Amino acid sequence: MTTKPQNYYVPAQSIWPIVGAVGLFLIAFGAGFYVQQLNNDQSSGGYILTAGIAVIIFMMFGWFRDVIRESQQGLYSEQLDRSFRQGMSWFIFSEVMFFAAFFGALFYARMVSVPWLAGGSNNEMTHALLWPGFEAIWPLIMTPDGKETQAMPWTGLPLYNTILLLISSITLHFAHVALEKNKRTPLKLWLGATILFGIAFLTLQVEEYVHAYQVMGLTLDAGVYGNTFFLLTGFHGMHVTLGTVFLIILFVRVLKGHFSPEQHFAFQAGSWYWHFVDVVWLCLFIFVYVL
Amino acid sequence: MKTLTPEIDSQPEAHQEHDHHQPPKGIMRWLLTTNHKDIGSLYLWFSLIMFFIGGAMAMVIRAELFQPGLQLVDPNFFNQMTTVHGLIMVFGAVMPAFTGLANWLIPMMIGAPDMALPRMNNWSFWILPFAFLILLGSLFMEGGGPSFGWTFYAPLSTTYSNDSTALFVFSVHIMGISSIMGAINVIVTIVNMRAPGMTWMKLPLFVWTWLITAFLLIAVMPVLAGVVTMVLTDKFFGTSFFDAAGGGDPVMFQHIFWFFGHPEVYIMILPSFGIISAIVPAFSRKKLFGYSSMVYATASIAILSFLVWAHHMFTTGMPVFAELFFMYCTMLIAVPTGVKVFNWVATLWRGSITFETPMLFAIAFIILFTIGGFSGLMLAITPADFQYHDTYFVVAHFHYVLVTGAIFSIMAAAYYWLPKWTGHMYDERLGKLHFWCSVISVNVLFFPMHFLGLAGMPRRIPDYAVQFADINQIVSIGGFAFGLSQLIFLAVVLKCIKGGEKAPAKPWEGAEGLEWTIPSPAPYHSFSTPPEVK
Repeated sequence: MTTKPQNYYVPAQSIWPIVGAVGLFLIAFGAGFYVQQLNNDQSSGGYILTAGIAVIIFMMFGWFRDVIRESQQGLYSEQLDRSFRQGMSWFIFSEVMFFAAFFGALFYARMVSVPWLAGGSNNEMTHALLWPGFEAIWPLIMTPDGKETQAMPWTGLPLYNTILLLISSITLHFAHVALEKNKRTPLKLWLGATILFGIAFLTLQVEEYVHAYQVMGLTLDAGVYGNTFFLLTGFHGMHVTLGTVFLIILFVRVLKGHFSPEQHFAFQAGSWYWHFVDVVWLCLFIFVYVL
Repeated sequence: MKTLTPEIDSQPEAHQEHDHHQPPKGIMRWLLTTNHKDIGSLYLWFSLIMFFIGGAMAMVIRAELFQPGLQLVDPNFFNQMTTVHGLIMVFGAVMPAFTGLANWLIPMMIGAPDMALPRMNNWSFWILPFAFLILLGSLFMEGGGPSFGWTFYAPLSTTYSNDSTALFVFSVHIMGISSIMGAINVIVTIVNMRAPGMTWMKLPLFVWTWLITAFLLIAVMPVLAGVVTMVLTDKFFGTSFFDAAGGGDPVMFQHIFWFFGHPEVYIMILPSFGIISAIVPAFSRKKLFGYSSMVYATASIAILSFLVWAHHMFTTGMPVFAELFFMYCTMLIAVPTGVKVFNWVATLWRGSITFETPMLFAIAFIILFTIGGFSGLMLAITPADFQYHDTYFVVAHFHYVLVTGAIFSIMAAAYYWLPKWTGHMYDERLGKLHFWCSVISVNVLFFPMHFLGLAGMPRRIPDYAVQFADINQIVSIGGFAFGLSQLIFLAVVLKCIKGGEKAPAKPWEGAEGLEWTIPSPAPYHSFSTPPEVK
């Protein structure tokens, strides 16, 4: 790579944002239709949704190709690299706030709404008139309406998953260190291992869901415990999936010889994202499973 | 698409010379642009169009309320109008207008070549029209569009809503994605792209206020995404976040929504403070009084905005301790806001003031926004709020802060910077006409609403008791007059783009800032090499 350019690189016109806008439109419109049509047998929404996802994937290939090409040509100054890093940090902050909304719902349900329904605070009459038999216990294995479910224990699969993710964060860190020391073979091995851990995590998560649905009767509509359980772990699982895809892209780029010890924003971003997903899981493990 | 690829490929070689590039011609310029000025114009035009669509809905509302009884529309459609009017004005008119101003002005004000992430900038704009296409499209579907109020309280939006709620939810998701990407761009631009010597305490206040606004946006838009997602699952997938029978609570919806919603109202006013802090000194020909206290006041308002959300729900069931906490925190906000108003007035003090249109709007802002602030203080008092809650008093309050506050500041900004954008002076006579028509009609429109509210007229109803008829007629007449007055604004803008007196680089004698050091109209690329700020 040649000397750093001094000017801030402002890209010329690009087709990809508008492609992405059309893709997002199809996803939102299709998803909206799909959800509306759940109760009848139409399926046009599903097709629109699939088309939207295809467009977004197409956009990602094109957009990433442009960015990678520009990066390989050495057009990116240190200042631009800082823009990317700061942008990624703020994006992760927005993700933190997204999860905060669901953690907020979990805490509110546990600390306020369930105790109040059982007569807590000054709600004796609510309790006596509406659901006199309701008891406030967490996890909420019986809703005020009398729907029963079972609580997911933290031992077993969830514990294995925690260990898996923690190890994956460490292996990714080793990969990063290897990259900074320009040791390409350990970089490939550690990064590959991280991806495998990610996939293993997702597999176990699917197994846990199947177990919850088929054996335990713990479903998405099993009252507020099941709601918070599935939305929190579900959105986390989606983020792990995205993170794994991110890592796979990085792996392909590493195989192609991209990234230098000095400049590897994409790697850094992927690794931040992975660590973020890991921290969310730790919070999940503590507040959803253990406590 | 094929034909465009060579252009993308060839452009890296040309990047050093891109400041000589002229904008490409035709529709592709706007679809594919990465230029902050183009994207700023797109945002501003989008916002103006949405302003007129949302305004047309307000006209429907006022026409129905002209007389008691049901005349023009059925109640369900009336509810759709109030709901979509609110959603459009908040997410389609005010927020994109500020983002448009940020795109146009921030790079010029801090001496940056463009926004930090230009392609993402394009993306964050172009998903917005699609989001509103979905929202507006849902109005024409079977069962109609959203009709649960822009706050979409559960269970109105869950148990009692129609199926188009799914489309509403996903369109809000896209609006949120757009705002977050826009805010990331603004924040990174300000932190990373300032010209050498442009230190923090030299930043124009518009930049400062937008920096803090962007932080608020990134912090709360994801929470909105979370709460609409819960509405979606509650309605379609059998969850019970907001349903007591499953262990949830409808009040929880309000807590999460207003945790987003209250910072959101500051998102819609902080950039206004920045605009007024630019215009008042320019036409007073004085430096802004108390620059640093303005910065600290803005930051204080932002921090406090996270601690006051439940003042929207004093009547919905909370322990007394919580009510008091939120009451006192809310009243605390009057302190930094008072600092700001004091500083603007002190800037006017003994200035050589002239009253061009931007200044007229700015002065009207200071007075009328303060009235809105005072009615806000009245609403903050918990015991009094039990009387005001969900009445037209609340409607009067938030229209004073949003119309004569946010919208007036956007108008002021448009008049102030139009010469820089178009290279022409706007028609001062028409501008003044627009101002006087607006400021008179807007008060006829919103001031009597205070009386309606205090007399007990509830908001969001298509019909009302006969004793409210007189005042409602006055309000409706003010409403139609205000709506028509905005056509003058459209005429001014179009006339200014087409021609008019040539504008010098700095058309306002007292104006300060880097944007006035470049010619008018601003060249397609400004500050390709950063200027030195002394």
